[in-house]
Amino acid sequence: MNINDFMAVAPVLMVTLAACTTMIAEAFRRQREVAAAHWFGLYGLIGLGGAIAACVSQWNQNLVGFGVISVDNFSVFFNITLCAIGILTIVLSLGNADRDQLPLGEYYTLMLFAIVGMMLMASTTDLLVIFVALEIMSLGVYVMTALKRSSVEGAEASFKYFVLGAFSSAFFLYGIAMAYAVTGTTRLDEIGMRVASSALDPGILTIVAMVLLLVGFAFKVGAVPFHMWTPDVYQGAPTLVTGFMSTGVKAAAFAAFIRVFLSTLEPLRLDWAPVVMVIAALTMILGTVVGVAQTSVKRMLAYSSIAHGGYLLLGLVAASSAGKAAMLFYLVGYAVTNLGAFGVLAALATPDRQHDDVRDFAGMWRERPGLSALLTFFLLSLGGFPPTVGFIGKWYIFNAAIQEGMYALAIIGVLTSVISVFFYLRIVVMMYMSDETAPEGRPAVSPVTTVGLVVAFAGVLYLGVLPGGLLSLAADSVASIF
Amino acid sequence: MPFVGGLLLLLLGKGRDRLVHQMALGISLVTFLASLSLLAGFDGTSADYQFVEQYTWLPDFGISYHIGLDGISLWLVLLTTFLTPISLLCSWNSIDQRVREFSFFMLLLEAAMIGVFISLDLFLFYLFWDAMLIPMYFLIGVWGYEQRIYAAVKFMLYTMAGSVLMLLAIIWIAYYHQTVTGVVSFDLLDLYALNIPAGLQTWLFLAFTVAFAIKVPLFPFHTWLPDAHVQAPTAGSVILAGVLLKMGTYGLLRFSFPLFPEAAMQFAPYLAVLAVIGIVYGALVAMVQPDMKKLVAYSSVSHLGFVVLGLCAMNVNGVQGAVFQMLAHGVSTGGLFLIVGMLSERRHTKLIAEYGGLKAVMPKLVAMFLLITLASIALPGMNGFVGEFLIFVGSFAEHRWLTVIAVSGVILSAVYMLWMFQRVNYGPLTNPKNQGLRDLSPREWVVIVPIVAMCIGMGVAPRVFLQPMEPAVKRVVEQVRGVGPVNVERSPEMSGVPALADPVPDGMPVPAEGTR
Repeated sequence: MNINDFMAVAPVLMVTLAACTTMIAEAFRRQREVAAAHWFGLYGLIGLGGAIAACVSQWNQNLVGFGVISVDNFSVFFNITLCAIGILTIVLSLGNADRDQLPLGEYYTLMLFAIVGMMLMASTTDLLVIFVALEIMSLGVYVMTALKRSSVEGAEASFKYFVLGAFSSAFFLYGIAMAYAVTGTTRLDEIGMRVASSALDPGILTIVAMVLLLVGFAFKVGAVPFHMWTPDVYQGAPTLVTGFMSTGVKAAAFAAFIRVFLSTLEPLRLDWAPVVMVIAALTMILGTVVGVAQTSVKRMLAYSSIAHGGYLLLGLVAASSAGKAAMLFYLVGYAVTNLGAFGVLAALATPDRQHDDVRDFAGMWRERPGLSALLTFFLLSLGGFPPTVGFIGKWYIFNAAIQEGMYALAIIGVLTSVISVFFYLRIVVMMYMSDETAPEGRPAVSPVTTVGLVVAFAGVLYLGVLPGGLLSLAADSVASIF
Repeated sequence: MPFVGGLLLLLLGKGRDRLVHQMALGISLVTFLASLSLLAGFDGTSADYQFVEQYTWLPDFGISYHIGLDGISLWLVLLTTFLTPISLLCSWNSIDQRVREFSFFMLLLEAAMIGVFISLDLFLFYLFWDAMLIPMYFLIGVWGYEQRIYAAVKFMLYTMAGSVLMLLAIIWIAYYHQTVTGVVSFDLLDLYALNIPAGLQTWLFLAFTVAFAIKVPLFPFHTWLPDAHVQAPTAGSVILAGVLLKMGTYGLLRFSFPLFPEAAMQFAPYLAVLAVIGIVYGALVAMVQPDMKKLVAYSSVSHLGFVVLGLCAMNVNGVQGAVFQMLAHGVSTGGLFLIVGMLSERRHTKLIAEYGGLKAVMPKLVAMFLLITLASIALPGMNGFVGEFLIFVGSFAEHRWLTVIAVSGVILSAVYMLWMFQRVNYGPLTNPKNQGLRDLSPREWVVIVPIVAMCIGMGVAPRVFLQPMEPAVKRVVEQVRGVGPVNVERSPEMSGVPALADPVPDGMPVPAEGTR
């Protein structure tokens, strides 16, 4: 254990420190001292900001910490993304979390710990550490789902999430055990070598291990048929938690997914690729088709998030180097867009009601032109219209798919994205074209929230018009591990 | 470049409605003048792309901001910039709420349409093509009539369903370029040079053509059009009929045919059959419409059938006629929608049965109506005639019997247009509500006179319009027919400089005309 080990995990440590600070501050806060709680978000911002700075300095360094944390450019890319997701979520929360009667101390602490788990998940090269990281992340998110104690749906969602999540963790752990049984190690690089040496005739145990790991990941990214929890959880959780979950958890899970399947288990591609292809196709189709039937906007965005998971899986099977970079780019673009969309929803909610029914948006344009325009923009990005990042991301993924000759999947992809436009537009239709007017009483938007939303808007627009920089960063990060 | 028009709209401030109207009009007029200066600087003897600008955008993927004009796109850009101020002016009174947004979307639409016509990079083209849907969707959905939401969503989904397959085809062809030459390229000029095997061509051609056929709209894909037209506000209808539909035929001419010449020649007869079905079917359906706007919408289906027929002939006459007909139809149908819009602004109905005997109350409007109607039914001396005549000349050489059937479409169009005109304007003034109608206001004069002037001008002096497009049309035809080597020279510094065409002294035999 030397200084380099600590240098490697410095970003993770900073976030952990911020989390602990928040927790201690909450513990020592006097019951009536509400004002102090407003500063908790700041600790998180400082920690995450520091972590991003540390990550930037780690670019191209290829540090290794404790033998299991590999700070290659791939990790750095994801860590920065995850910290940025955290920062954006906190900024959007500053104005709303209090209003929604969330316990602020716990809220920020759990979020920061979840981010720690995500960052570890993205950077580790050992299956066991992935598991530990996965649990750190998941436990934080389970509790965050139920954080609004007065909400029945929240409790129900959290319970469902926890039970199903525990199930999938068990699958995942069992997969690790199998992998250990076959190869005698949990380190990804060594497993990779063993697998490569017997790639032509993998034993039944190897295949079982692979399938179990696949189930674990598929659950976390919400892929069909392991998506059942997604709509309930996304709908029941506090809106900003949903935004955080749908972007952070997905990004971290995909980071580990990519690392395990595209580098360690790459020799077995012929065995897993057909399965993932089917899953990808089903995920895209189910996400969009069922999304059409929803009347709750949050539930609809949950199905949309499933569908977007499908596009990412399409990138995973089409994993040329362009395909991998496409996934990274897509994850970033999707994160910015989705956080923006959920940020708008959160800004519209009141303590007693989430205002997430489609009818609640009727005629919103007249009352709230700014928010309506922003939401429209984010929805167009989710639907993949130029000049937004959603368009570039989709184009990039389909690009990779066609390059690899996966025409059928690419055609399914574009057709489902047309269907998805239908339900994104339903909200736009409600906001702009409906003659009805929704009940009054939407709260004022706090300036901090406005800042957050404008940042998200700028991100979506910038990456949509000038994606070149991020594209080459993504390509560089991918080049570092494959 | 006229793209500046798009940037200018960002200056659109928060003002009172009146001011916003004026500013939007001013911006679109400036754009129109800018595009006129393009016309002045355009060298009509060259087939090359002019005013070319190219900046690298995503170099890793061979994508660049590459724009330029040739004789075909020049006229379409002018058509766009010509119709936009007119439609803005015509909505001066009818759009009285959310004016700022309306003007914003109109200008956004103009920018996207111009973008479509000037893109020389497939990725850029697709970007504009898709971006254009959004403002149109809002224009129909927010400012339209009763069924507007249905129409807007239908319009959006129909068009998108076609265009996403085109996106895949675009990516496919770019990677095909990579397998042949080693570099990915979305640049149209690079891709023209490709020699794609016939089997692949078929699929790519179909993917492109379906997207464009929906936009045109060609016969089985036309069902979105009447809905969209009827529900759109007048300005939306004018732009939709005047410019948007032309994007489909432009796409066929610019992309489908020259990129996949073999497949194009193979499918041209089928497309021609569909076009003729569209001509006759559109005309017959138009005849029985009780609603003026729907009638004009179906007449568009019929008229654009002529355009496609001309394109399918793929000879100089046919294509030139098709392009000319695109322009003529844009002007005259735009004019018809304006007239219908003026009537419905006064009476709030578009049903033919509600009118009758208007000549007695508003003679001036009726006179203008008559001129535009005559242009639309292709009376010799008006703009419609030139295009249709050239199309028939071109098409007769290729598809004799189809042309004969298509000619019946001209007769039918005279029938339904004149019948409509007669029912609306002649006869006794039966409906008392029509008695107090005002005649044209000064603003409406300003709106309608340029249209009528163009209708007549294009009919009397078609050479002015045909000449600059001729080299470009010849180039396309050669590309498709495979006559002579096809290598379009890339000339980034062509801007306005006359090409080296002059050294040939008078009287000397001109060397084989072709591309330089």
